[in-house]
Amino acid sequence: MDLYTLTIKQARQLLDNKEISSKELTSALLNRIEEHDDGIKAFISIDRDLALSEAKKADEQIQADKAGLLTGIPIALKDLLCTKGMKTTCASQILADFVPQYDATAVSKLKESGAVIIGKTNMDEFAMGSSTENSSFQITANPWDNDYVPGGSSGGSAAAVAAQFCCGAIGTDTGGSIRQPASHCGVVGLKPTYGRVSRFGLVSYASSLDQIGPITRTVEDTALLMNVISGYDKSDSTSADVGTPDFTKALDLFDKESLKGMTAGIPKEYLSVEGIDPDVEKIFNESKIILEDLGVELKEICLPHSEYVVAAYYIIAPCEASSNLARYDGVKYGFRDTGSQDLIEMYKKTKSKGFGQEVQRRIIIGTYSLSAGYYDAYYGRASQVRTLIMDDFSKAFENCDFILSPVAPTPAFKIGENIDDPLTMYLSDIFTLSANMAGVPGISVPAGYSSSGLPIGIQMMANRFDELTLIKAGYGFEQALCLESKFPKI
Amino acid sequence: MKISRDDVEKIAHLARLEIDDTLKDKMSEQLSEILQYIDKLKDVDVKGVKLSSGAAFQNNVLRNDVAHKSPGPGVTLANAPERDDDFYTVPRVVK
Repeated sequence: MDLYTLTIKQARQLLDNKEISSKELTSALLNRIEEHDDGIKAFISIDRDLALSEAKKADEQIQADKAGLLTGIPIALKDLLCTKGMKTTCASQILADFVPQYDATAVSKLKESGAVIIGKTNMDEFAMGSSTENSSFQITANPWDNDYVPGGSSGGSAAAVAAQFCCGAIGTDTGGSIRQPASHCGVVGLKPTYGRVSRFGLVSYASSLDQIGPITRTVEDTALLMNVISGYDKSDSTSADVGTPDFTKALDLFDKESLKGMTAGIPKEYLSVEGIDPDVEKIFNESKIILEDLGVELKEICLPHSEYVVAAYYIIAPCEASSNLARYDGVKYGFRDTGSQDLIEMYKKTKSKGFGQEVQRRIIIGTYSLSAGYYDAYYGRASQVRTLIMDDFSKAFENCDFILSPVAPTPAFKIGENIDDPLTMYLSDIFTLSANMAGVPGISVPAGYSSSGLPIGIQMMANRFDELTLIKAGYGFEQALCLESKFPKI
Repeated sequence: MKISRDDVEKIAHLARLEIDDTLKDKMSEQLSEILQYIDKLKDVDVKGVKLSSGAAFQNNVLRNDVAHKSPGPGVTLANAPERDDDFYTVPRVVK
C-alpha cells in the first residue's frame, strides 16, 4: 500500500490500529514531495526534521492511547497562516524572512489535536489572485497537467492535496481562494461561514471577507478538519459565539435517503453569465441530474444583484487591502530597503520593492476609492450594493436549502494566459465572490472532467452557519458520483 | 473613470508606493479598464440602502479592561529590520 494515498480518515484508522506509524506516513509523504515537488512547486517551505520529530511524538501518543482527532496526520498550511518559529511569507518578498512569534488560532487547534505540520504552501502574494501565478517565489503547476494553473489563491494547498503530498491542507478564501483551486485540482474545498473559524494569526488581506477552511480529498475529511478548526475565539472580535456542531456525526448517520426532500436553488442570473465553458455547463447539468436522483428538488431562484458582485467586490477587497497592507512599512517587521535618506523615501522604496505588481495594483485601487471625493461613489456605494447582495441571499434561503452553481466559468487555464489581463482574471471569480460578500459558507466538490482531462467541481452555498447542509449534500453527491480516476498521475 | 498617468503618480504617493516609470502607462490603462467596469455600480438603485461593512453581524465586542503581561521586546522586536536595544530605528524624520 502506498501510504501517501491515504485520506485523513483512512490514516486515522490505520494509526489507531497501529498498522502504520505516523513516522512511516510522514516519511512517505515527505519522500513524495522530494521526488515530485520540483515539477509542481506546491510548497514554499518544508521542515523535514521538524515534521519527523512531530511524527515521532505523535507515535508515542498513539502508543499510549492518547491520540486526538489528528494525531500523527500530516497537514499542509497555506503560507498566510502564522506558525510560531516557522517562516510565514505570504508568498511576498516583503515577508520573505518573517518568522511569527505565535501560532494562528487555527494552527494551534490543529497542533492541539495532534496534526503534523508538513509544510507551508504556495499562494498568490497576500492571497491576491486566482491562479497562484502572483507568488513572488514560484509558479505552482496543476498536478493534472503542469501547463495549467492550479487556481488560486490557495493553489499550493489544493495542488498539494491533489498531488498526494499531504493528507489534507488548510487554505483561505476571500473571494473563492479555497473553492476555485479545489475545483481546478479535483479536490474538496470548503469556505466556512464568516465568523465560524477564527482569523487570529491569519495575515489579513480583506478582513470582512477572509475566512480559513479545509482542502481535502473527501467531504468526510473536510468535516473532520472543520471539527478541529471551528469555534469561538476571543482573540478575533468577528469570531461567532454560536457553538460548533459535530460535522462528522451527520455523516455517520448518512444513508441514501438523507438528501430526500432537500431543495437546491439555481440562480437564474448565473445561467446567463457569458463565457461559460461548454464542459463546465455539461458537468453542471449532469450534477443536477445526480442530485435529483438523490431526491433533491431543483428550483429556479433569483439573486437579482449578481451582475454587480464582481464590481462591488473589486472595490471592497482592495479598500480593505490598502488599509491592511499599510503596516508593511519596513519598521516593525519584514523587508526594509536600506540606503534611504528619509522616512518617506524608505517607506516608498520598501513597499515598491517588497510588493509585487498585483498587490500594488490593488493597493492603488483601494487608496483611490477611499480618497477624498471618491469615497462615497466607490466604497460607500459598493457597501450599499453589498447590503443588497446579502438581502438577496437571505431571501433565496427562504426558498431553498442550498444554492447550486458552477465554481468557475472555465476549467483551469494555461499558465500565463491571463496574467496581463487583471479584469478578465477578476471576472473569473463571478460564482465564488458572492459567498464572501454575504458571509455564507460554500463548498466545492469534484464533479467530473473536461474533454482534456482537467477536473471541474460544482459549488453549493448554504445559509449562514449551515455548513452541515453543505457537508451532507456534498457527501451524498460525492458518494453517488464515485469518480474513478480521483488523482492525477504525477 | 479614466485614470491618467498623473493620477497614478498622485495615488501612488498617497499609498507610499513608487511606481516604476516604465509601468506607469500600463498601470493607468489597467486601472482605467477596471474602474470603467466598476462604474456599472452606478446603475444600481441604492437610495435608502444602509451600508454593510461586513458579514459579522456583531457590534461593539467588549472585554474587561485588564492589563496583560507584555511578551517583552525579545518577542515584539524579534522581526525588526533594524533596532537599537529595545527600540525600532528608522531613517531621519526631521531634517
